[in-house]
Amino acid sequence: MVVVMPANFLRQLGHWTTDRLWRLGFASRFLLMTLLYSGTALRRFNLTMREIYFTGVLSLIIILVSGLFVGMVLGLQGYDTLQRYGSSEALGVLVALSLVRELGPVVAALLFASRAGSAITAEIGLMKATEQLSAMEMMAVNPIARVVAPRFWAGVISMPLLAALFSAMGVLGGYLVGVQLIGVDEGSFWSQMQSAVDFRQDVMNGVIKSFVFGALVSWIAVFEGYDAEPTAEGVSGATTRTVVTSSLAILAADFVLTAFMFRGV
Amino acid sequence: MSADPLVKIRDLNFAYDSRAVLSGINMTIPRGKVVAIMGLSGCGKTTTLRLIGGQLRPTSGEVCVAGKAVHELDDEGLYLMRRRMGMLFQFGALFTDMSVYDNVAFQMREHTDLPDELIHDLVLMKLHAVGLRGARSLMPSELSGGMARRVALARAIALDPMLIMYDEPFAGLDPISLSIVGELIRELNDALGISSIVVTHDVQESLKIVDYIYFMAAGKVVAEGTAEDIRQSTEPFVHQFVWGEPDGPLNFHYPARDYAQEMREQPARPKGWWS
Repeated sequence: MVVVMPANFLRQLGHWTTDRLWRLGFASRFLLMTLLYSGTALRRFNLTMREIYFTGVLSLIIILVSGLFVGMVLGLQGYDTLQRYGSSEALGVLVALSLVRELGPVVAALLFASRAGSAITAEIGLMKATEQLSAMEMMAVNPIARVVAPRFWAGVISMPLLAALFSAMGVLGGYLVGVQLIGVDEGSFWSQMQSAVDFRQDVMNGVIKSFVFGALVSWIAVFEGYDAEPTAEGVSGATTRTVVTSSLAILAADFVLTAFMFRGV
Repeated sequence: MSADPLVKIRDLNFAYDSRAVLSGINMTIPRGKVVAIMGLSGCGKTTTLRLIGGQLRPTSGEVCVAGKAVHELDDEGLYLMRRRMGMLFQFGALFTDMSVYDNVAFQMREHTDLPDELIHDLVLMKLHAVGLRGARSLMPSELSGGMARRVALARAIALDPMLIMYDEPFAGLDPISLSIVGELIRELNDALGISSIVVTHDVQESLKIVDYIYFMAAGKVVAEGTAEDIRQSTEPFVHQFVWGEPDGPLNFHYPARDYAQEMREQPARPKGWWS
């Protein structure tokens, strides 16, 4: 018994690891297929436009409101810290840099994963459970080209736009709290922000991040939906996995990207 | 040409991993006929349909449709062949995000460059054939089970196929919808000059409309013949099935250990921490 336990444990660990690796390989192949069959989604762009409406436009409210609140909190916290060192005019810089470099892409992507990613997974999973994907295949229409690819590209396109709007709303929130409520000098708030935020180094890197996060979330969402067990339990499990896996993937990818982008700063 | 059957299945074997589902199936579906595949749930009927549609590949043996072996086709060839097949899924499998009209128009839009006006006329004709022209702007969630099945039928004949496969077309329908769907299957088959395969376990309805019946049990064809042959069959399993008798070669009880002995034993420890 004493000897069997660790052996069993090792076996389970090995099984778990190969299982995960196999699934990762499967997901990568799925991504490759999606890219390969993207012709329809890009040629008949109205298919993708429709999905952009569902994933992007319908996520606007949550993104805009959250952005405003995050910016307002940044204004309060930032002012509290900066005024101890007598540099409260730098509040604009702090708010803008935190948002375009980190909070905009990351928080918007986390919200996007739970708002739109989960919906994509549930929709594709239910289409599978109700045999709609099989029916499509039997009608000689490839479901990866017709269902998966438009949703994937819609996510990739929407995410940078949503992150940009999130940051813009955040800057507005920081301004409202910092300048209008607390009374930081308006001129220095904006001018310092303008001179300190570099377009290529800060804004573009933020855009690249949100692009990567958008691709990650969309990939995970469509894969989990397509791979879901075609039952009620299976779809609910897949939806949960989408949110959990994408959130972890976003944070991990953020660390890696930040390490590459800002190591010299 | 008409002597040559549309679908020919020879020595077909199929297994999921190591679990054999079909063994040694031989079937012939002549052109212009309605053929039923009957049997209990889980006896391999739907798997047979999926093999004909090329969604699964046989372990050995072959399925020939219109003279071509389905499993030898590449993706493109398979898709070309599927354009000439219609399939009606058990619960319709309508696209829930599209209206009835768009569901029927789906294949025309995907596979042809027909102008919108022509698609409009074609869709109305298909919907009229199943009696649902007036329901074209409804969404699938607003349809009853029987109506959904009829819309799916209109969608299946959208591109004038040579073969329609029905997977349990009668499941869960009220008696009126049931005979409507049954009659439609027969009428469409004869009017459009196509061939039909009906997978079902509804004996009385299908015996009324089909030309020939294959009876399956545990992955094998156990009987075949016309409706009259099947009704007269002395094969114990077929007799039990057709007349719906609770006992016969097929047991009411799932295989279990000795009843008396099991009652004397202590119950097994519950598995979950919550119980």
